[in-house]
Amino acid sequence: MSSIEIAEAIDGKPAAPPARPASRVGLRLAGFLLPVILAIIWEILVRAGLANGRLMPPPSVVGKTLWQLAVSGELWTHALATLWRVAAGFGIGAAVGTALGALTGALPLARGLLDPTLQALRAIPSIAWVPLFILWFGIFEASKVALIAVGVFFPVYLGVAAAILSIDRKIVEVGRVFRLSRLAMVRRVLLPAILPDWFTALRGGLGLGFMFVVAAEIMGASEGLGYLLVDGQQLGRPDTIIAAIIAFAVLGKLADGLLLAITRPFLAWQDTARDRL
Amino acid sequence: MLTFDHLSKTYAAGTRALSGIDISVAAGEILALVGGSGCGKTTLLRLVAGLDRPSEGRILLDDAIITEPRADVGVIFQEPRLLPWLSVADNAGFGLSHLPAAERNRLVTGALARVGLAGYEARWPRELSGGQQQRVAIARALVTRPKLLLMDEPFSALDATTRASLHGHLLALWEESRPTVVMVTHDVEEAVTLADRIVVMQPRPGRIFDELDNPLTRPRDRLSPAFEAIKREALRTLDRSLTDSEPRQHKAAESAGMWW
Ligand SMILES: Nc1ncnc2c1ncn2[C@@H]1O[C@H](COP(=O)(O)OP(=O)(O)OP(=O)(O)O)[C@@H](O)[C@H]1O
Ligand SMILES: [Mg+2]
Repeated sequence: MSSIEIAEAIDGKPAAPPARPASRVGLRLAGFLLPVILAIIWEILVRAGLANGRLMPPPSVVGKTLWQLAVSGELWTHALATLWRVAAGFGIGAAVGTALGALTGALPLARGLLDPTLQALRAIPSIAWVPLFILWFGIFEASKVALIAVGVFFPVYLGVAAAILSIDRKIVEVGRVFRLSRLAMVRRVLLPAILPDWFTALRGGLGLGFMFVVAAEIMGASEGLGYLLVDGQQLGRPDTIIAAIIAFAVLGKLADGLLLAITRPFLAWQDTARDRL
Repeated sequence: MLTFDHLSKTYAAGTRALSGIDISVAAGEILALVGGSGCGKTTLLRLVAGLDRPSEGRILLDDAIITEPRADVGVIFQEPRLLPWLSVADNAGFGLSHLPAAERNRLVTGALARVGLAGYEARWPRELSGGQQQRVAIARALVTRPKLLLMDEPFSALDATTRASLHGHLLALWEESRPTVVMVTHDVEEAVTLADRIVVMQPRPGRIFDELDNPLTRPRDRLSPAFEAIKREALRTLDRSLTDSEPRQHKAAESAGMWW
């Protein structure tokens, strides 16, 4: 960070308005204002007897449910089950997506052979696979992980293939001028060049992974946050449902933040405006 | 010695970028290519660099035909072409990966200092101005001590002062190992400052119009009458090359090539 600031100081460029930390934090907090006010209003309305809190429980009730779930340990069991599924599906989907994306991006023959089929498969709404996966993999973990993997696969595959196809010829020529071997070209030029797009694709894949884990768990599971959703519905407990939704949101955000934190140091060189996202 | 032997290049679209080029460049000579836009100067350099193949003819460097990039040929492109994910030092040392780190650092530090970028080693390319980036590219090409150096308008993005100082740096570096240099420029004064010989090219199809020798001894005084005389002669030749163009028998093919 400091070197950038020094550079700006030297160049005297009025680069990006110097967003003061204080105002930036303030801006972030402003985002919480609306939901918090709405929650407080709802809480007051329900307490005053002006609104019925049965279908849309007030924050205090949801908070209590969440607390009870946490204390009894149930919340962690479910969250862990969900996380495990997402991790497994994401791992598989991202690995296969990256490999096939690299293959079709790098070899025209592979592109001609594989890409049309994959594009056709992509047109199928992934949830449509569920019955088939259940027949193939049974109703337990494997079919859920498979569904999540399919969801993760496509954005990663498309992102990697597109990234490879859009690598700048001019930069590849620098590698050629210095006579890099094929392997060195991949390691020193091609891989770093696609890194930003690859990370973006992984993030997109992770997001879809969380979407598909909900679908997978709603269709039948004995644990997991998705199961908690269904459970709340069957028991007529909207507070449980909202507690599960909140847990999903927190989990998804944390996973995304983790991925971002892991990948950001590799992209310090980037010259983009999407610095803070 | 570098020899172009009846060199022609026709692009896939049918553009005849070069046709029947014959030049010999002595070892250690600095040759400047000048000419209007689109007369095949970049194409010629790319062929020597081994980045493209000629359609006809061949290029010999010390009796070996050039078909692919060679370790002893350095290239400075029209743009800096730095790798944005490498620091300035790593960019400058890109061609030195076979050397131990200490040796590489020593060479890179020296090369960067000579192009006026001492202390910039740890910066990212995005933190440099366009001219500074081009200087890193110059350091990157020179630090490997090539036998033949190819430069495509390397200074065209720089202001006059930086350009003049880089001419000095370049000549100093050239004195050290006396590589053969083929440089493209559209600045006649630059050509007269640096080159031993100036080749004027003409487009459609790209060919040699005329060449003139520059016998001035270095260092050259830009204000001397002799310098002025050669510069004027070069300018006149360039003007003639732009006005009396021969019949444009390849007009159709050319316009097809220009389209994109
Ligand atoms: N990759 C290509 N494919 C097809 N035609 C090309 C290609 N590159 C260059 N040309 C054509 O070849 C001719 C010579 O181009 P070249 O880039 O060598 O010119 P130049 O002398 O370097 O021009 P400038 O001074 O503008 O850089 C032009 O007519 C151009 O349209
Ligand atoms: Mg050019």
